[in-house]
Amino acid sequence: MSTVLQQIINGISIGSVYALIAVGYSLVYSILKFSNFAHGGVLMLGSYFGYFALTLFGMPFWVALPLAIIGAGLLGVINERLAYRPIRMRNSPLLYLMISSLGASIFLENFTIVTIGPTFRTYPEVFAISPYMIGDLYIGRLDIIIFVIATISVALLTWIIYGTRIGNAIRATSYNMRVASLMGINPDMIVAFVFFLAGASAGLGGVLFGIKYTVWPQMGILTLKAFIAAVVGGLGSLPGAVVGAMVLGVTETFAAAFVSSAFRDLFSYALMIIIIIVRPGGLLGTVTGEKA
Amino acid sequence: MSQYYIGILILICINLIAVLGLSLMTGFTGLFNFGQAGFLAVGAYTATILTTRYAAPFPLALLAGMLVSVLSSFLIGYPTLRLKGDYFAIATLGFAEVVRLLVENLEKLTGGSRGIPRISLYTTLPITLIVTILALWLVANYVRSRHGRNCVAVREDELAAESIGIDSFRYKQISFAINAALAGLSGGLLAHYIGFIQPSMFGMIKSTELIVMVIFGGMHSITGAVFAAIVLTSLPELLRAAQAWRLVAYGALVVVIMVVRPEGLMGSWEFTPANIKALFNKLRSAQDEE
Repeated sequence: MSTVLQQIINGISIGSVYALIAVGYSLVYSILKFSNFAHGGVLMLGSYFGYFALTLFGMPFWVALPLAIIGAGLLGVINERLAYRPIRMRNSPLLYLMISSLGASIFLENFTIVTIGPTFRTYPEVFAISPYMIGDLYIGRLDIIIFVIATISVALLTWIIYGTRIGNAIRATSYNMRVASLMGINPDMIVAFVFFLAGASAGLGGVLFGIKYTVWPQMGILTLKAFIAAVVGGLGSLPGAVVGAMVLGVTETFAAAFVSSAFRDLFSYALMIIIIIVRPGGLLGTVTGEKA
Repeated sequence: MSQYYIGILILICINLIAVLGLSLMTGFTGLFNFGQAGFLAVGAYTATILTTRYAAPFPLALLAGMLVSVLSSFLIGYPTLRLKGDYFAIATLGFAEVVRLLVENLEKLTGGSRGIPRISLYTTLPITLIVTILALWLVANYVRSRHGRNCVAVREDELAAESIGIDSFRYKQISFAINAALAGLSGGLLAHYIGFIQPSMFGMIKSTELIVMVIFGGMHSITGAVFAAIVLTSLPELLRAAQAWRLVAYGALVVVIMVVRPEGLMGSWEFTPANIKALFNKLRSAQDEE
């Protein structure tokens, strides 16, 4: 019984990091209706920003973290500015945006390999690893801290989207960009802001993931988990992304613990395929018709 | 012709076969496939396991590779192609990862991450050329047929296409299956040309290279794909020094093409005698006006 509980806690901890990444991806998807593959590149560089701030410049963690978040956010904005805005302005098919994001992702990943190097890097020890004992449960201190930081950030994002004026504008834009712009909302500004939020949350997710595991140029593949989480929860829905990420995190840790860690990812994809077949709108998504 | 140039020519043909499928699928049907290397891997491993373990004849092994690849395309296509949204693109990305995962972990069958060595070199220039020309002929004719035009209609406006009675799901699935068959074929040929296979040959880099060829050549042009396959296969061979920067350049190239000229180098222009004649006439009349 205690192993099960243990795995649930581990799953929720990693799920909260997936949630951070998935929320950013979903935000962009809800506004521009395309899968931003470069999300992973931004995440990876955010993680590197944090790593270098800590190691090269010896900053304390509470300075390095905001720097990495802001750096990744700005990177997201620049990415949109250079790679997506000109395409958006032409009203080209969405396919072109997706292809462009693929290009940006390839560029970021390989530019990092050439300039920084292809090696895995380990974060310096930011938090003491000694676990807490509750009854006969071991709970890693790191897991708790990651969970708390991720939860606060997701709550903050949710508040920005649902509780503020600009959040209102974001939701209006995602509902209908044209009409929103008629109501005096500047869609370009909203898109830039959304890319900042998405980049920032990806950067934070990257740093947290880097602390728990490692940093490496291909870590952008992690966004695949965010895609799966978003699909499981409901593509384009924010609460859906969070729920999907938690379900995914728990599924993965259970698969790794009770079946085989080598086939862990297989279970993630199986989960996604089952959801697509059984409930294509996702767990929380409204089931829209096939030809919406 | 020296062995070196023959080698490049064979590689061009092998890449071209995979690019043709991708061009039909992404360019003409508007389906983005991020995991082409996964289908190459399926074809390569199926064919190789058959020839090395069961001493199956080469053509039969290639066919089996194509078949398994097509079957896996149905597996992904069936649940995702009916849906609006990016489910399909995400699924293809996931598919390539799943294939890599399986190949690395089913060691008894695939040799794990060390792969399968000592594959008989059945892929010769004549075989490759014949197969490539056949594939080219097939795709070029398919695209110009009623079915190919239906694919383009689905790409341009799915709703409008359905309203005039085109079964968009069916045409997407057919394009996907043809692509999978060609990718499987390309993988099988590649394995029996190189002489060994390992999972790292079918990673993200391979998928990237192939999709870049389609985009570079022009998404709606078959001859553009041929041209891109020739240039982008032979160029890295000649510029080995800049190898590390090649993928950086590819990434930047894709973004620049999408931003500046999304239709690619050739757009929808085809390199046919009639079109060249028309181009010359246009140039001549422009001169006359001056």
